[in-house]
Amino acid sequence: MTMDTPLLFDLYRQMLLIRRFEEEAARAYAQSHAGGFLHLYIGQEAIAVGASSAMRDDDYVFQTYRDHGIALARGMAPGAAMAELFGKDTGCSRGMGGSMHFFDAEHGFYGGWGIVGGHLALAAGTAFKSRYRGDDSVTVCFFGEGATNIGGFHEAFSLAGLWKLPIVFVCENNRYAMGTPLERTSPLTDLTLKAQGYGMASDRFEGSDVSVVREHLTPALARARSGEGPTFIEIDTYRFRGHSMSDPAKYRTREELEERKKADPLAVTREQLEAGGAEVSAFDELEEAVEREIAKAVEFAGDSPPAREQIMLDTVLVKGDA
Amino acid sequence: MRIIRYREALREAMFEEMERDPDVLLMGEEVGHYQGAYKVSEGLLERFGERRVIDTPIAEAGFAGIGVGAAMVGLRPIIEFMTWNFSFVAFDQIVSNAAKIHSMSGGAIRCPIVFRGPNGSAKQVAAQHSHTVEALYTHFPGLHVLAPSTARDAKGLLKAAIRDDNPVIFLEGETLYGVKGEVPDEGVDELVPIGKGRVAREGDACTVVTWGRPYYDVMKAAEQLAADGIELEVIDPRTLRPLDEELVLKSVRKTNRCVIVHEHWPYGGPGAQLVDVIQREAFDHLDAPVLRVTGLDVPMPYASNLEDMVLPSVDRVVDAVRRVTYMGN
Repeated sequence: MTMDTPLLFDLYRQMLLIRRFEEEAARAYAQSHAGGFLHLYIGQEAIAVGASSAMRDDDYVFQTYRDHGIALARGMAPGAAMAELFGKDTGCSRGMGGSMHFFDAEHGFYGGWGIVGGHLALAAGTAFKSRYRGDDSVTVCFFGEGATNIGGFHEAFSLAGLWKLPIVFVCENNRYAMGTPLERTSPLTDLTLKAQGYGMASDRFEGSDVSVVREHLTPALARARSGEGPTFIEIDTYRFRGHSMSDPAKYRTREELEERKKADPLAVTREQLEAGGAEVSAFDELEEAVEREIAKAVEFAGDSPPAREQIMLDTVLVKGDA
Repeated sequence: MRIIRYREALREAMFEEMERDPDVLLMGEEVGHYQGAYKVSEGLLERFGERRVIDTPIAEAGFAGIGVGAAMVGLRPIIEFMTWNFSFVAFDQIVSNAAKIHSMSGGAIRCPIVFRGPNGSAKQVAAQHSHTVEALYTHFPGLHVLAPSTARDAKGLLKAAIRDDNPVIFLEGETLYGVKGEVPDEGVDELVPIGKGRVAREGDACTVVTWGRPYYDVMKAAEQLAADGIELEVIDPRTLRPLDEELVLKSVRKTNRCVIVHEHWPYGGPGAQLVDVIQREAFDHLDAPVLRVTGLDVPMPYASNLEDMVLPSVDRVVDAVRRVTYMGN
């Protein structure tokens, strides 16, 4: 391991924050404080945190509806995130988006999108803007392996490849497109074989180690930033929960789940830190601090005023004359 | 004033706005080197270069989505659909993304983009290439829908659309591109306000609301009926969402009758929306039911004789006016 310990400890902190946030989100959902669809990222945290740590503050990020992890990794306040789940005015989208539609433009986080494959071209659009303006920001676009069969994937990849846009496409292959395993949705098991058809570089690895994710994202980001075009990265991962809260995940075996949980990203990194000499007390202190932070977020969400009718009415269109 | 063609008016609008604002760009199939499938963008590549006049592959969902994403971070793209028929393969980008982002982000993100191209029938291009799309796009809150009938409105509305901070659906017409009309002199920066209609002809016998290709049939019908002493008041709403309801209602309260003439199919759409508004807000002023002259409720046929039957015509407009004024043929 080449990463310095304070940095790795901080990445561990971010992953723990996401984990505890989502456990609390599931609880809030069960208690009907949150509604709609809730797609948990538990098990995949190393990807959001590792990728985010390799990015610059002025880079752009797009994600699917499984968006809590990357939003928090980019710097969204847990209170604003939790308040959005609670449908409150203080939520990151003023109660207009919910779990699937987090937005935080200040941190370059541009959603939070609900239609599979629909946001890939949008991400190519922010990358297009970077090239048009001549700034050197890069866009990172996350999606699941289920998106690699839909037209939106193909057209976004076609144009991004053709125009060598500064973008990194990250496929979080968690093996199941909702309930259907990869073997039944794709003739390829190595999805990066598709990259060649778009003239793109590619990379493929297992994503439970946050340092590994960071190490692989770094050259892809540099390639995009220097004008060499997009990279298609496929990361092997696994979600420990169902597709959404209503999914009992009967399409996979308990043995498979238990096997994958052995590579829980939190455990992997903690082991590395302990091997590097981190004290148990440091983890205990961190656990307490994170739990306090999440408790504060829940309290903030609960105490916040409900979403406002005026926001709903005033945001259909931008008001004011041309 | 000068007389130019509708397509030239559109080109002038884009040219002037691209001169004014470096963030305005044009993207679409054949807009650059080919000079535009309908020559609307002729000369823009030579003036602004490949950075701002961007030829795309045939990938509407891709380049429409890139436009939306670029607009979310401050550019002001004009996305040309070679025809609006091809917008259906980019429907998700317009409906799920462009129309929703401002609301869904709680007002944090804006999407200043114009989608433009020819709408409606041309001549014998049959079922897949003759769609009139305003009934679809006016359905969605979060979009402005503009449909200029004249060269002057085409120019002034396109300039306003490019400066608007919202996604705009801009409906032109293949049969309109060659139509000549007056526009302001060079150097006059005229914007036609979004949401404001226009009284195209004053009269007292019957209000006729129309836009797009049928506008010209209505104006001919108005001439014909004037010879019989029936003076139509023709309203061109210019913007279909938001509709200038007050302008229509004011006219109906004066004439007490109304015929709505549009190319789109009769089921729903701005035509039916106008009927709803008029019967609610001017019920006591009506001396006859509100009638509509619409495209017939069939997929567009190829054969010329059948296509003529499908499209609104001068005769059908005259007939409808005679029915609401109780003056039989």
